[in-house]
Order: sequence, then structure tokens, then C-alpha cells
Amino acid sequence: MGNLWKIFLKELRGYIDSPSAYIFLIIFHVLGTSMFFFVSGFFRNQMANLGGFFVFMPWLLLFFVPAIAMRIWAEEKKAGTDELLLTLPVRDHEVVLGKYLAALALLVVALILTFPVALTVKYFADPKTPVDWGPVWCGYLGSFLLGAMLLALGAWASSLTRNQIIAFIIACALGFGLILLGFPFIYQLLPGGELVARFSPYSHFVSLYRGVLDVADVVYYVSAIAFFLYLNIRSIESRKWA
Amino acid sequence: MIEVENLTKSFGPTQALRGVSFSVQRGEIVGFLGPNGAGKTTTMKILTCFIPADSGRATVAGYDVFEDSLEVRKRVGYLPENTPLYHEMSVVDFLQFVAGVRGIPKRDIPERIRSVVVRTGLEGAVGKVIGELSKGYRQRVGLAQALIHDPEILILDEPTSGLDPNQIKEIRELIREIGKEKTIILSTHILPEVTATCDRAIIIHKGQVVASGTPGELMAMGAGSNAVTVRVRGPQGEVQKHFSQISGVREVRLLGTDDGCLRLQVIGEKPMELAERVFEVAAAQKWPLSELRPEAASLEDVFARLTQDEK
Repeated sequence: MGNLWKIFLKELRGYIDSPSAYIFLIIFHVLGTSMFFFVSGFFRNQMANLGGFFVFMPWLLLFFVPAIAMRIWAEEKKAGTDELLLTLPVRDHEVVLGKYLAALALLVVALILTFPVALTVKYFADPKTPVDWGPVWCGYLGSFLLGAMLLALGAWASSLTRNQIIAFIIACALGFGLILLGFPFIYQLLPGGELVARFSPYSHFVSLYRGVLDVADVVYYVSAIAFFLYLNIRSIESRKWA
Repeated sequence: MIEVENLTKSFGPTQALRGVSFSVQRGEIVGFLGPNGAGKTTTMKILTCFIPADSGRATVAGYDVFEDSLEVRKRVGYLPENTPLYHEMSVVDFLQFVAGVRGIPKRDIPERIRSVVVRTGLEGAVGKVIGELSKGYRQRVGLAQALIHDPEILILDEPTSGLDPNQIKEIRELIREIGKEKTIILSTHILPEVTATCDRAIIIHKGQVVASGTPGELMAMGAGSNAVTVRVRGPQGEVQKHFSQISGVREVRLLGTDDGCLRLQVIGEKPMELAERVFEVAAAQKWPLSELRPEAASLEDVFARLTQDEK
């Protein structure tokens, strides 16, 4: 546990010291909020809710999360520092989790920074129909869980290669495929139909952003995160099988 | 301190190690010598628990590298090949991180960092970002992180590669200094490094140990270690006859003639004594000698002989 924490802190420090983390936060914020205000038609709709904000979230996360995740392992492999790190007296899973949680912290900061959007909506809301906060919290929870899952996927993808671009492409492609499975025009074509849709993070995200907090959705995300982290640990261990 | 028995390791179709065995005593500085691709790095990666061997056993400080990998890693300081470091971190942050993960108590960390910084001569660079340091300084940072927990054993993979001659000299002195109290294995394909720093060398070739011994012992294995080169003015037949009558001489080989002088190689036991006998004979016969050189065996010869492919 102590080692996990130390690796978490080192990685977090890496984000704090690196300009790319700030660029990430700024672009995520600008794109996220401007899509909501200018693309989703918030001003036209005259509705004081954040539906239009969360609609874009899966697509935003689909590209931004792999951008955080791609360096997690590929950079270490390229520089050879994985050998330094993994010959310290630490267990592989401590390193995998420490790195994952630090990247997750960056994602949480990115999501928190979008919260002024909710406050703006509250400010514009007609006092007679105030903002319903339930769906907002659910939307944030959904965004967090979806992002956390894509991050686990991206970290695993990053452990497969020493090339960050390849890691990014693998994570985006897999993430995109998984999200697509949640769209009726895709899953209806597939044998299994709605059953397939249950494997898509998108279906679970949709029910959360509609304001329905279902334990099953949370369980889905937590299991998917655990699954990809497990693959990540196995892939780091795979140097031992070669 | 380190026992290695019959290690084998393959990467796909290439066999990197084919049964490597050796042992290293406490306090020794052992040089791993071999051409590139001989299996030096693979052996080191196995000893530092980065990858396991396919078969065979290796114990470090009494712990099996596979069964008790964490115990081994606690006792070993490792400088991987090409000195990978976190280039975006500052020297002090990096050492702090390694010290923390190495389990050094928080209150002892500043003192430990101070001591390794002084030892490795990093005083001027502590606050700098690693990526901005010169290669020589980065090498020192690599050594500093390997030393931070005061390990019993140091494993250094090509610690002087890519450095300039001054830096090489400094790093070698540092290794010598550290080696007074620690067990060190270092790999190199630079021969003088072994003579300069190591108590013993293990020559690895094609995944096997082909020779092992002190630099002196290894040199004795060299060809030409038992010959004297002579340049003498005199009648060829006479000279050869007299020289081959010297006791202990096995062969007198004519290397050539130049300017009326003969160049000969006198082969026998103990080249130093041989040279004196040759001088006495030449003096008695009044043949002017212009060169008399017992051939110093070089590690190069041994190395070349052991590692060249049989043709």
C-alpha cells in the first residue's frame, strides 16, 4: 500500500510539473463547455438542464482519455525506465494501480473544472423551474465512471507498445467500438441484440445521464475497470513469459 | 554472494543464455566481459529480477531471484544499460522517489541523499532537471539511485558506455572506491575497463561462460605471452642456430628482415628470462641488438581468441 501511494504521488507530481497536463485540462474545458453552450443549443432550448452537456461527454472522453493514458506505459518502455521502476522492490500491481490512480486524479480535476457550467445553468434558470440537481450528479458520476473505464482501457493499450501514437489509436478504436455497441442501429444488427448493448459503456452512461442511478450500471463500470487493470498487470508481467 | 547455476534463456528463436554458471564472493568487483549480444545484459536482467530465466537457478545474497524477488531487489542496486532515468524529474526529486520506494524512513532520506550526492560528485546538479544534465552527470545520477539504499550488491550494465575519456576515468575511480565495501558486477565490452576496475573477469560468449579469472590469469592464457621479439644484426643461420640452443626455447621464428637486420620471435617459457638469455647470447657473439621485447600478453588477445568464431 505504501508503495502504491509513493508511485501515485510521483506520477501526480509528473502531471503537476508537465505542461501537457495543463494543456489537456484547458482544451478539455474549452471544448466541453463550448460544445454545450454553442453546439447543443442550450440558449435556444430555454431549458435549465445539463442534458446537452452530458450528451457530448462520451465523445469528448473517447478522445481525451486515451490522450492521457497513452503515455502511462509507452513512455516508460521507450525510455527504458520501466526496467528501473520494476526492479525496485515493488509489486507489479502496485505500479499499475499507482499510475492508474494518478491519471484518474487528472481526469477528476478535468471534470471538476467543468462544474462552472452547472453553476451557469443555475444562474440562468427560471426561479419557477430550478435546476434539478439529481440528473446533474448522475451525469457527473456517469462521466467519471465512463472516463475511468476508458482510462483503464487506455492504460492497458499503452502497456502493449512503446509507441504512444499506437497506444492512442488502439485505445480510441477499442473505446469507439465499445461505445458504438450501445447504439440501437449497431446492436440491432448483431446477434444478441440488446444483450450486446449491455456490454457497451454507452448504454450504462445513457441511463445515468438520464438521472437513473442504478447499481447495475456502477457494477458494470467497476467490473470493466477491474478487467482492464487486470489485463494491464498481466501485460506488464508478460515480460516474464517471453 | 551471488550464485548462478546453469541459467538458460531464449527470446523466441534466439538462445541468449545456454547454461551460464558462476559465483561471486562478497566484496569482489567482477567484470562481465563479452562482445555485444553475448548475454551479459540478459544475465543482469535475470539477477535483478526484471525477467526470469527459462531454467537454472540464481541466488543473490542467499535469496532466489524468482522465489524471493522482492528480497533480492531490496539488496541490489541496479544501473540498467543506457542509464534510463526520468528526464523530466529533478535529481533530488528522483532520488527522493527512489529512496521512498526503497523503504528508507522519511527522516533519513535527506541525509541519505546528501551522502550519495557527495559520493557520486553530484553536488552542483542536485536541483537540476535530469534531462538537462550531461551524459556523465546522468551516469552519476544512475549510480546515485543505485547506491541510495546502501545495497550489499551493485549490478552495473555498461556503466561507462558513451562517456568521454575523462568521465570514464572518474566513473571507474568511483566504482573502485565503492567496490572497497560492496560486491559489484559490471558488464563491459571495453577490455581496459576490466584491468582498470575489476578483481576478476568472467568472459561470456554466445550465452556461455568461456573463461573466468583475474586479469592476470586471463592474460596468461593469451597467445604470444611466451615470446620475445628480437631485432638483431647477424648472419641468419648462425643467429637462428644459437638462439634455438638457448634452454627453454621451443621455436625461433623469422618474422622478416629489414635494413640488414633480422626480426625474430623467440618462443619458449617465461619471456622475461628468455629475453635475458637472448641478450647474453647476442652479446657473446657481438651481434648488435636493436630491439628486445618480451611480448606483453594482452587481454585483447585472450578475448579475441575466446570470442572469435571458429573458422
